[in-house]
Amino acid sequence: MFSGFMVNAWIVATMVAVVAGIIGFFTVLRGSAFVAHAVPQAGFAGAAGASLIGVSTLAGLGTFAAISALSIGFLGKRGRHDAVTALTLVFMLGLGALFLSWSEEYASAIYALLFGEVLGVSSNQVLATAALGVVCIAAVVILYRPLLLTSVVPEMAEARGVRTHRMELCFLVVVALVTTMSVPVVGALLMFSLMVGAPGAARSFTDKPLSALSLSVGISVAIVWTAIAASYETDWPVGFFVGVLGAVFFIAGRGWVAWRRSAAGRVDSTGHLATGPMQLATATGMNGEPT
Amino acid sequence: MDAVLTSIFEPGFFTSEPVRVAVVVGGAVSLVSAVVGVFTVIRGQSFAGHSLGDLGTTGGAGAFLVGANPLWGFVTFAIIGAGAMELFGARRPRGRDMATGIVLGAGLGIAALFLYLGTTQSNTTGATITILFGSMFVIRASMIPVFALLSVLALAVVALLYRPLLLSAVSQDIASARGVPVRVVGALHLLAMAVAVSLSCVTIGAILSTAVLIGPAAAALRLTKRPGLAIAWAAVIGLAVTWLGILLAYDSYYWPPAGRGWPVSFFVVALILVVYLLADLANGQKARRAGPRAIASDKGPGVVAGRAWPSLPPEPGAE
Repeated sequence: MFSGFMVNAWIVATMVAVVAGIIGFFTVLRGSAFVAHAVPQAGFAGAAGASLIGVSTLAGLGTFAAISALSIGFLGKRGRHDAVTALTLVFMLGLGALFLSWSEEYASAIYALLFGEVLGVSSNQVLATAALGVVCIAAVVILYRPLLLTSVVPEMAEARGVRTHRMELCFLVVVALVTTMSVPVVGALLMFSLMVGAPGAARSFTDKPLSALSLSVGISVAIVWTAIAASYETDWPVGFFVGVLGAVFFIAGRGWVAWRRSAAGRVDSTGHLATGPMQLATATGMNGEPT
Repeated sequence: MDAVLTSIFEPGFFTSEPVRVAVVVGGAVSLVSAVVGVFTVIRGQSFAGHSLGDLGTTGGAGAFLVGANPLWGFVTFAIIGAGAMELFGARRPRGRDMATGIVLGAGLGIAALFLYLGTTQSNTTGATITILFGSMFVIRASMIPVFALLSVLALAVVALLYRPLLLSAVSQDIASARGVPVRVVGALHLLAMAVAVSLSCVTIGAILSTAVLIGPAAAALRLTKRPGLAIAWAAVIGLAVTWLGILLAYDSYYWPPAGRGWPVSFFVVALILVVYLLADLANGQKARRAGPRAIASDKGPGVVAGRAWPSLPPEPGAE
């Protein structure tokens, strides 16, 4: 399980899991799960187009991910955010379908881009993934405070002079970067499961932003490692285990909240613990409801 | 005149049996989706609408695996998915967003497994593509009665729930205060959406399913804030883009580079995007003419105050 070609798989998957845990935390906090689903799928269309005209798939992926992220950002400023995301997504997928209808061989390449081929990662891909991952994490570290503030309490951020829309665009660009980094190795669908499942579960266990962030990374890495080991043993696709484990962790988190609530003997209508220390996030409703 | 018509409608367009079925079924499906979609967009559930399509696709892959009729796979999985979303989904938009994401993530994982098992057992990789992208020209005429029945079911649900749906979209609190069973109404709407989406998924594919659900409705809601009018607009736009898309796809058979026709889905989504951008532009023009006050109120309640129900909710995500 740890020999030869498997080493690259473990390294790349761990890097992707760490980044997914971090970016996913903000994704869930901002209620942007749809964006996290749409941008990688749009990038997939770009990769299909790039392979058609013989350019590097990474370039096509990055370009399409960036275009879709920016158009969601700009169109979403005026229209309904989720509707605009859906429109961008279907248009990009439509382009993908067009590219695929032009090319001759596609079935297995598509399958790999959607569901990933983490067991066939080359050393070059490891380097590219690492470089992009470092850029993503650096961006989040630099933007940490304003990003958290606009995610949790947009009104307060606005009052403090943070430009919420500019922050949204920055966040979307980071999502596009993560997409470019992860889709070639783990696939569009698996990345999405990681970015939503792990942080969603982590938030049930703690309301403190930093602990939730670390827990999210921890759960994400645990999911990926378990999934790879299970996939190695059973030969079933990695994406299956990641998707199902994400849901299992999420349900466990919900169960934990319910248990704590009944143990504390108080009903908190928000579905989250009201007993913890009154952190910024608790006071302002990290679960997305301004009090 | 004849020459112009011939160049628009390539020879055989009106006599081809697949085209006729596609025009009827595609038109009906996009009509139902557009009407249901207006409520989906108003309630901010585009993500759920898209996810139900992907979940239906999982069901389609499962049905393919066991050799059942794909339609029932699509419908079953979409309804199970809708139930799971309703179960996990908090009442707040962000909680719902996450619940949808979790259900979708699990569904996609299962889809990966089904497709894997399907390809290893039967060695037909083409099935993946057909399931994911669908094709309007492969609808069988024998399925039309079932489709019609399910379409009527979806439309009946939204017609019966018209007022409570809108009211609970505006404010869940006001709706509950007036005695609307908010959760039941929400669950029934998800059910109608699941049926509409799985119908469109199995006939026109997952991409177009989301496109005809959200696109016409989103464009219509840029044109008008009145729900009744928006439904009419969405229906017209949905039909127009689908039929025009079919026509263009038929004509494109003679186009470069491959000489075997461009996909219908590309034309339909491109047309929808154009219509949406035009509607957005018209909306901006109208707001500018009406002056700054109207622009301000465009974002919030009060636009159609004085009507039977309160105005549409402020747009989520808009500043």
